[in-house]
Amino acid sequence: MSVIRHDVIIVGAGLAGSMAALQLADKYDVAVLAKCYPAQSHSSAAQGGIAAAIGNMEEDRLHWHWFDTVKGGDYLTDQDAAKILVHEAPEIVYEMEHMGCPFSRNAEGKIAQRKFGGHTRNYGEAPVLRACFSADRTGHALLHTLFEQLVKYNVHVYPDWVLADLLIEDGVCRGIVAWNMRDGELHVFHAKAVMFATGGGGQAFLITSNAFANTGDGLVVAYNAGVPLQDMEFFQFHPTGIWQRGILLTEGCRGEGGTLINDQGERFMEKYSPKLLELAPRDLVTRSITTEILEGRGIGGKDYVYLDMRHLGAKKIMERLPDVHSFILTYLGMDCIKEPVPIQPTAHYMMGGIPVDVDGQAKINGDKTRDCAGFFAAGECSCVSVHGANRLGTNSLLEAALFGKRAGRQMAEWLHEATLAPLPADPMGRFRERIERFKAAPGGETQGAVRRDLKHLMREHCGVYRTRELLQEGLEQLRELKARFSRIRPATNNGRPYNLDLKETIELENTLTYAEVMMTGALAREETRGGHARRDFPKRDDVNWMKHTLAHKQPDGTIRLSYSPVALGEFEPMERKY
Amino acid sequence: MKIRFKIQRFDPTKDKKPHYQTYEVEAAETDRVLDCLHTILWEQDGSLAFRRSCSHGVCGSDAMRINRTNRLACQTLVKDLRWRRPIIIEPLPYLPIIRDLVVDMADFFSKYEVIKPYLIAKTPPPPTERLQSPEERALIDEAAKCILCGACTTSCPSNWANPHYLGPAALLKAYRFIFDSRDDGAAERLDVLDDQHGLWRCHTIFNCVEVCPKEINVTWHIAQLKKAAALRET
Repeated sequence: MSVIRHDVIIVGAGLAGSMAALQLADKYDVAVLAKCYPAQSHSSAAQGGIAAAIGNMEEDRLHWHWFDTVKGGDYLTDQDAAKILVHEAPEIVYEMEHMGCPFSRNAEGKIAQRKFGGHTRNYGEAPVLRACFSADRTGHALLHTLFEQLVKYNVHVYPDWVLADLLIEDGVCRGIVAWNMRDGELHVFHAKAVMFATGGGGQAFLITSNAFANTGDGLVVAYNAGVPLQDMEFFQFHPTGIWQRGILLTEGCRGEGGTLINDQGERFMEKYSPKLLELAPRDLVTRSITTEILEGRGIGGKDYVYLDMRHLGAKKIMERLPDVHSFILTYLGMDCIKEPVPIQPTAHYMMGGIPVDVDGQAKINGDKTRDCAGFFAAGECSCVSVHGANRLGTNSLLEAALFGKRAGRQMAEWLHEATLAPLPADPMGRFRERIERFKAAPGGETQGAVRRDLKHLMREHCGVYRTRELLQEGLEQLRELKARFSRIRPATNNGRPYNLDLKETIELENTLTYAEVMMTGALAREETRGGHARRDFPKRDDVNWMKHTLAHKQPDGTIRLSYSPVALGEFEPMERKY
Repeated sequence: MKIRFKIQRFDPTKDKKPHYQTYEVEAAETDRVLDCLHTILWEQDGSLAFRRSCSHGVCGSDAMRINRTNRLACQTLVKDLRWRRPIIIEPLPYLPIIRDLVVDMADFFSKYEVIKPYLIAKTPPPPTERLQSPEERALIDEAAKCILCGACTTSCPSNWANPHYLGPAALLKAYRFIFDSRDDGAAERLDVLDDQHGLWRCHTIFNCVEVCPKEINVTWHIAQLKKAAALRET
């Protein structure tokens, strides 16, 4: 058995993982493991900005940002955690700038800021210029800046490695099992601390802005190892994906003045959000677009509406939204300077994840006790919870960098006292069993077909609008899909380089579990809140549902749900109007 | 419509040399080459290996040789190619093949590391941001777009002739910092570039410009570096 030792092993090389690694690089032996090369991580696809109330363009206040984040999250946000998010935001943005991030600039030479959905001045009065940006490539700019720092500090990276298992025994994390795609061999990573920064699972959906890598791996590996998953029913559909392709067109398009138009030429957001219009939070804009489409006012009666940017003019579009212009040209053959663009909501972001405290320490029982000591998480795969039931745009790059940093710092603290806990007796056992299962499968089913059907199922049954019937049927069909999955026999021979077939089969199994957890939480939660909209329960229900969901895996494989309180305090929950 | 693909296959643990395999895929003109590769992988041949992630030209993982030109599979539509003939797919040239279309980028990234690809500032950071005018920022706008896909460096004949040549991607990154108004590392970077394997190996062949999926004029940026190197006092 091959055992590789490091003080810390971080899984995922996006914003959260890289930022954490940098906190440890000077003192500890830290290594980053990823399915891809670090600069290929999905953080690079974020476009519009990173939020910080630094007021470079107009007056802004931390307290406004805090309020917007809590209200945007439909009051499921933990208010103490959100306070940290907004208060430390300026420091993070300046730190990224000092590292060299090429932010766009205003006339004074300061970091330029733009409007974004749900970010307002004076507690909801009007949109505020808060999103610090680098054209429409902010994620790319931030990710490459951090990758540069990984190079500078000579952080050890394992590219092309797939996470296979998480080793927790007696409440102490001991390492991970990972699979080297290059030679097909399994290895144990024995470490004092493990951090997951593995991103989300948008690949469960048919129309998604997420990369092929976003299959929910980290979440499901943690879940299978006994860590619960929090608030998984809250999923964000970004309002403006390119029709049928799902490719993201940043909210910055609307932040710069783009409008949404239905078949009758109406600027329909006037009906749904008289004050903020297209710059209402994403859950609201997405529901509005979906309603327009369902009521027959999609363009030509089809399942899309128009994003109109013509009035912004060529100069502004080419300066501030050059990638958006190029995506539309490449994939639709259209020029957004001259034509309105067909868009539809696209599966984008998971509000839930591995429950962690504000220092990235994972919580098994939903409280602050260290019951899986040495296991940390940050970024989209974690749930702090700063986004509550609906994340505001530009708060995710912020969260990933900021809580990635905090997790890195906390791991450094932990390493003062931590010892290398012994490995379990058979660390590779659970994953080997999985491979044996694949080997013994009868065949006659393809992962391509199961994946396709899963994506359709999630779109139909766990999409923007949900009902009890839809979710119950969905869970039933998911059981059939799992049965079909068990017949898939991928290539499993050892020593085979870059076995994409096996990797994708592992990922698909993860995504099936991810989907089941999401639908189970969604079926139980009989209310509408943020990114979870129930047609049969159209109102928020603070009496019964002001609580976080925790999904636990039972020994028999079924899901048990429990609930934990929301940290309230500063802002009294009120009806969410924009 | 039916599209034929001729794909280079190679498993270094089994094969002595690469060979081509032909596939036929039902596709639309507006489909990406990447969509067709997925059809093959998911419906016809699970043994095919390639990299991809974001699928819209941002992560840079699916650069490959499509009809003898380095391109991103996710940014190349069937209609961009002469698809009535078989579309030939090969890995990026001049890099070790891990399997099929998957190459080992270690050499590419080692050249990137050499040029000190990070901001070098000699003054301590101010409490807020370092100021930079929009004009100063515009100087690095194109260079900062690079997605490190490797299309340019592996298309460069100078790089084919001399594998030690830093290549266009690393030089572009050097430009990105040397011409960043906040950076103080120009001299130490130019020491690296002004070398027999450095920027003088660029013979302005412009292959890099032709293949760059982000439409960066790489050769122009290298020319600015040559000027900076030639003009500096020694």
